[in-house]
Amino acid sequence: MKDVELKMLERAKQLLESGEVARVIGWKKGEFYFDPAPASFETVEELGDFVYNGFCGANLSKYLIQASKKEGKTAIFLKPCDSYSFNQLVKEHRIVRENIHVIAIECQGKLDIEKIKAQGISAVTEVEEEGESVTVSSLYGETKLNKAEILLGKCASCKGKTHQVKDEEIILHEMPAPINNRFDEVAKLEAMTEDERFAFWREQLQKCIRCNACRNVCPACSCVKCVFDNPASGIEAKANDDKFEEQLFHIIRAFHVAGRCTDCGECSRVCPQNIPLHLLNRKFIKDIDGLYGEFQAGETDNGKTPLTSYTESDVEPNNALGGEAK
Amino acid sequence: MQRIGVFICWCGSNIAATVDVKKVAETIKSEPGVVYSENYQYMCSENGQQLIKQAIKEHNLTGIVVGSCSPRMHEATFRKTAEAAGLNPYMVEIANIREHCSWIHKDMDEATEKAIVLVRTAIAKVKLNAPLQAGESPVVKRALVIGGGIAGIQAALDIADAGFEVDIVEKNATIGGRMAQLDKTFPTLDCSACILTPKMVDCAQHEKIDILSYSEVEEVKGFVGNFNVKIRRKARYVDETKCTGCKICMEKCPSKKGLNTFNMGLNNRPAIHIPFAQAIPNVAVIDPEQCIKLKTGKCGICQKFCGAGAIDYEQKDTFVEREYGAIVVATGFKPIALDNFNEYGYAENKDVITSLELERLMNAAGPTDGVLLRPSDGKHPKVITFIQCVGSRDTSGCGKPYCSKICCMYTAKHAMLIREKYPDTEVHVFYIDVRTPGKNYDEFYRRAVEQYGVDYIKGMVGKVYNENGKLMVQGSNLIDNEQITIESDLVVLATAIEPEPSIRKVATLLTASIDTNNFLTESHAKLRPVESPTAGVYLAGVCQGPKDIPETVSQASACAAKVIGLLAKDKLKTNPCVAVPDEMMCNGCSQCANVCAYGAITYVDKEFRLGGGKTEIRRVASVNPAVCQGCGACTVTCPSGTMDLKGFSSKQIMSEVEAICKK
Repeated sequence: MKDVELKMLERAKQLLESGEVARVIGWKKGEFYFDPAPASFETVEELGDFVYNGFCGANLSKYLIQASKKEGKTAIFLKPCDSYSFNQLVKEHRIVRENIHVIAIECQGKLDIEKIKAQGISAVTEVEEEGESVTVSSLYGETKLNKAEILLGKCASCKGKTHQVKDEEIILHEMPAPINNRFDEVAKLEAMTEDERFAFWREQLQKCIRCNACRNVCPACSCVKCVFDNPASGIEAKANDDKFEEQLFHIIRAFHVAGRCTDCGECSRVCPQNIPLHLLNRKFIKDIDGLYGEFQAGETDNGKTPLTSYTESDVEPNNALGGEAK
Repeated sequence: MQRIGVFICWCGSNIAATVDVKKVAETIKSEPGVVYSENYQYMCSENGQQLIKQAIKEHNLTGIVVGSCSPRMHEATFRKTAEAAGLNPYMVEIANIREHCSWIHKDMDEATEKAIVLVRTAIAKVKLNAPLQAGESPVVKRALVIGGGIAGIQAALDIADAGFEVDIVEKNATIGGRMAQLDKTFPTLDCSACILTPKMVDCAQHEKIDILSYSEVEEVKGFVGNFNVKIRRKARYVDETKCTGCKICMEKCPSKKGLNTFNMGLNNRPAIHIPFAQAIPNVAVIDPEQCIKLKTGKCGICQKFCGAGAIDYEQKDTFVEREYGAIVVATGFKPIALDNFNEYGYAENKDVITSLELERLMNAAGPTDGVLLRPSDGKHPKVITFIQCVGSRDTSGCGKPYCSKICCMYTAKHAMLIREKYPDTEVHVFYIDVRTPGKNYDEFYRRAVEQYGVDYIKGMVGKVYNENGKLMVQGSNLIDNEQITIESDLVVLATAIEPEPSIRKVATLLTASIDTNNFLTESHAKLRPVESPTAGVYLAGVCQGPKDIPETVSQASACAAKVIGLLAKDKLKTNPCVAVPDEMMCNGCSQCANVCAYGAITYVDKEFRLGGGKTEIRRVASVNPAVCQGCGACTVTCPSGTMDLKGFSSKQIMSEVEAICKK
């Protein structure tokens, strides 16, 4: 991964020096090795903090909403899964494609520091990845871990290693094939009785502290004015009235992004309460696939989407959920 | 401060028998904002309307709620009433306490309670109503007629005679439709061709009529007065402007084994053909499935012989886009498939035929030149048995639940014509009931029985089977209470009719509603029978329900009258209840434009102040109020709630919901 990082840094320098782009969006070092943060670099000097390691799980595409409207071109590093969000934002006219230079980068799956900590390792100083195994160095020594066990939730059910958009690429090693298990957890929820499912979600959603991290990170949540911030919408105050309304926040949000969510998994990654929010979105995706044929939001930056278009072969409401006509 | 008046209608006993209207009016008096509440026997009557007008003036009302029938019935009436009293017509709300309440409930206490809730709901809404002004939109003075059968022809001729341009779009190669296939027509027995073909010629020669044959409607945009229609002109591989209809191509074509669909498949026709001698336009068409040249690239004989140089194997489908003010749907019917009726042996026996096939066998221009010869061996049938209601009035699910309406009369016609022409022929008719309502209809049927000696047997047929070359028709005679078997030479099935299957596509394109049997629904079964609930769309012929030629022609002329009434106007009042975006919140994401069925939403780049002297250019939605039909699809699609609908704002709807839920 070191070689990829170096190549990316080198390319970022070139682009800024030559004036081809006015800024590069990537990751910069955090306080620790394991907390790099998204950043915009406008000078070669600023690139001193540039980093790309196993903890760069963040999806950078949403930063383009502001950046692509600024003067000059913006270069951005996108992992395969981030490229879906990028396309979806282009499709919804939220970002200006002409002002962006997309550098498709290699991703071998990103790591979850919480899962490493859960293995009893603290004060991580460096991580070296080698195929299926990961060597974690800390102030207290080195530990070899099985990579599959410490992957981010979203990477454990990776939906593909193909970039849906790119102007150039930095891919130095082969990337593992996608893991097609993303509906397994949804199927488990579907197998529950209504009461069990209600209890499951009630337990999960009552942990919510309404920090809004899920909404703020979500590339599909790009409204100029969110209904939850809008006193005139009539639901803003209700959403934090009581426990029940709290759950409505997440359910309304899931409805708002239905058909547009690319399943990038950022909502669950950033949730400080570890609520599996992505399952709500995945349930929608699974239903849409079932009702209208397979559809992956962000696969292209144009074309029709099942929920906002009509074809004669669309399922009849009566048959939609496999029920009998009443 | 709002001053709301509430008017509860008895609708005679329609509402008052199930809802305690006095109690409703009394209870509502104490609702906040209500300053007047009254009940009256017929609120829509002149006295009732007078009562409303007076109250508006005397009590200085700012909004009114009428608890009455469906707004579809009298909303327009009460809006006019309010306007006459000086109140903005959009400050009127209807609480539907008839269809939504009295008609569907039996218990008076429960119905009364529900009526009170419904009125409260309307009050909650009217409090948030804002005065609206209707706009205007121009009317395109041209009509589209979909379907070139007798219904379409009649409608087109009447509209064109009034001076408006009409296009007929016909999916087949010629206009004429089903009527062109018929032999004689009841009850007067005129020859169908003799009365139809002159009308077809009139269409072709009318300077205001344009016939687009071999064409189909592909896309419909817009709304009443301003439809934009894309029409596919299917490749006929013959240049319509050059073909003279000389038929030399038909003679020379080596591929002659295509089923002649005009003759119901009773004989064959060449790959290149003119459907029938009086076809309009009198232009050949090539069946690409059958043409050797189009299938293998080798042949080209018709091209060699065509003196006019009209053959063009390279022809492709083309599209034309035109604007129309009104659309008449006249897509007609087809006999049902008989797959579910094996008992009649239609598939196994050539001499079991449908009535439409018999029409062709008796037609002078048909496959037997009008001599009645049975299909199996070309001999004269001596015993003919008719079976009525094949697939009609069928509640078993195999056929259609409705009466096809035309079969009793045409069967009597067939029986009579056969007895007249071939008096040595024995004719039996199995029937459930003989239905002959219509001018001179029962007289016609009686003539068949009394004068021509047709043997009518009340009863149903259980089975038709072949025994030694004879068709054995086994049925019951309910009058004599016995089982009988009739040894027949020919069996004719009076097959049920159903709407032409392409109706589903047409209905979808026009957003016209359709019933469970695929018939288009009219706006009001009694009072608006030729209008579709979709404004500007009119219905003629069997697409709306089974009917015979006289009725179809009447309906087509009625359609024409409606269309002329519309096209005679220069401008139409538009519905002011249209969508409106809040530009400050709009993301410009295009989702609303994607769901807009009318193409009313476009996007503009606008500059917005961000504060601190900065500005930002954003792409925001813009609604064309003349095009928007107020369906509300955009308002529910917009994730940020930018889109709202005037007269049906999200706030109004939420306050209605709250009024219903409040205990």
